[in-house]
Amino acid sequence: MLCDICTTNQATVHLTEIIDEQMTELHLCEECAKNKSMDMEQQFGLADLLAGLTDIGKAQVEGKEAVKLKCLVCGLTYDDFRKIGRLGCSECYTSFRKYLIPLLKRIHGSNKHYGKTPLVLTKPVRMKSDAAELKENLEKAIQAEEFEEAARIRDALKALEKKASENK
Amino acid sequence: MQLNDLLNHTSEWLKGTGPHSDIVMSSRVRLARNLEGRLFPHWASKAQAEETMNILKQVIERNDYLKKTTFFRLADLDSVDKQFLVERHLMSREHASKPDSKAIVMEDGEIISIMINEEDHLRMQVMKSGFDFLESWEIMNQIDDSLSKELTYAFSSELGYLTACPTNTGTGMRGSVMLHLPALVIARTIEKVLAAISKLSFTTRGLYGEGTQAIGNFFQISNQVSLGHNEDEIISNINGLIRQVIEHEEQARAILIKQQKAFLEDRVWRGYGILKNAVIISSQETTELLSMVRLGADLDILKDIDRRTINELFILIQPAHLQKLEGKKLNSQERDEKRARIIRSKLVK
Repeated sequence: MLCDICTTNQATVHLTEIIDEQMTELHLCEECAKNKSMDMEQQFGLADLLAGLTDIGKAQVEGKEAVKLKCLVCGLTYDDFRKIGRLGCSECYTSFRKYLIPLLKRIHGSNKHYGKTPLVLTKPVRMKSDAAELKENLEKAIQAEEFEEAARIRDALKALEKKASENK
Repeated sequence: MQLNDLLNHTSEWLKGTGPHSDIVMSSRVRLARNLEGRLFPHWASKAQAEETMNILKQVIERNDYLKKTTFFRLADLDSVDKQFLVERHLMSREHASKPDSKAIVMEDGEIISIMINEEDHLRMQVMKSGFDFLESWEIMNQIDDSLSKELTYAFSSELGYLTACPTNTGTGMRGSVMLHLPALVIARTIEKVLAAISKLSFTTRGLYGEGTQAIGNFFQISNQVSLGHNEDEIISNINGLIRQVIEHEEQARAILIKQQKAFLEDRVWRGYGILKNAVIISSQETTELLSMVRLGADLDILKDIDRRTINELFILIQPAHLQKLEGKKLNSQERDEKRARIIRSKLVK
């Protein structure tokens, strides 16, 4: 039997793929099978790649500090980020700044934006309304006696107010 | 607009027009944007993701640049519909695979499409036929500016647009071109070209993006770096690189004609012969043979077939398109037969 991909070499690897409930059999030669498996690996690539990159960043910091670090606004931990390769919210950039700046440098060779700016920059205003929303949530949490949640929101509020005063 | 209307419509990027359209199939510019104060889609609760989607829907629907667009919730589309949009390059495979609280907005001409709640709140793309980055970017930039008047983007003056994945931070911009490089593949110099490209911080992928194989001699090249350069620099870097790749392919084509004319003609005519006569054919074989036919048309070996017909066939023979054309689900063997019938109907005059 000849290989389904190159149609020249003898097929020695037999694969069954199920895509959209449709079963397909593939008969491949060794070389094409190797390429195919590399192709499949690539689909899982990004989170692994980032985990690899962040590992390098991690080696430079002491202890397990980075792993336990948590974004106060969205609750994502740095460890979550390393596993899924994605941040939880835009405030994560502030929460994990210490580790993200070196990571951005590694990926892009730079940590400074030179591109366009949104036409309307309403960030300070938006921050106020964020704080207002958080205060509302805090009251709700206290009323519902969800104290752990209330403590989390209080910390988030503090962080936000600190950031707002820095931006002034 | 109904999705089925698209069946009788040639996607802009398949028209085979625009500069260097013999080698460059399409140019695409994509921007990633998020809303300030909202969790990124993968981390948001269903309620918040739904809310984000509704906010974006309202803003998009009253935007002047997006008047001729239609909004589809992915939850309302069946699996063939979603696959159909992936095949037309209007949305990513990842977007299609997890439809909850996600939507796609597309323009009638299929030049503009916007994915809502993919990896970022907004993934907007403008795609044109041929080598035409400047115009794609101009359109994209106008849409982005006008949306930014109504939406507060997650933005920092230091790091730029803040995205779910740090690989997109900064401009949030990817420019990519789909290239047809059969002569470089035949001449076995493609590996060298691809190696050089990756050294310059560009990535190469196959016809269907991330993780797909380069079949039919199609290569998608895009920038990796989105931070540290402005948008114009990113565009001009890609332009410069693609110009060089085009030159290499042109040279390889010229050498093939000069030194291996019979071999080349043989491959083109054999490909054409099989496509015109096959009764059962897989998409892989079709794509490989169509690549040769496309090269034959570009080099005037095949004179009575135009590039647009060939480009269209690359998409019409994909699984979801075949099933849409047939109006029902088809299994793999039925698809191989349907595919052969469609090819014959397009190529045999």
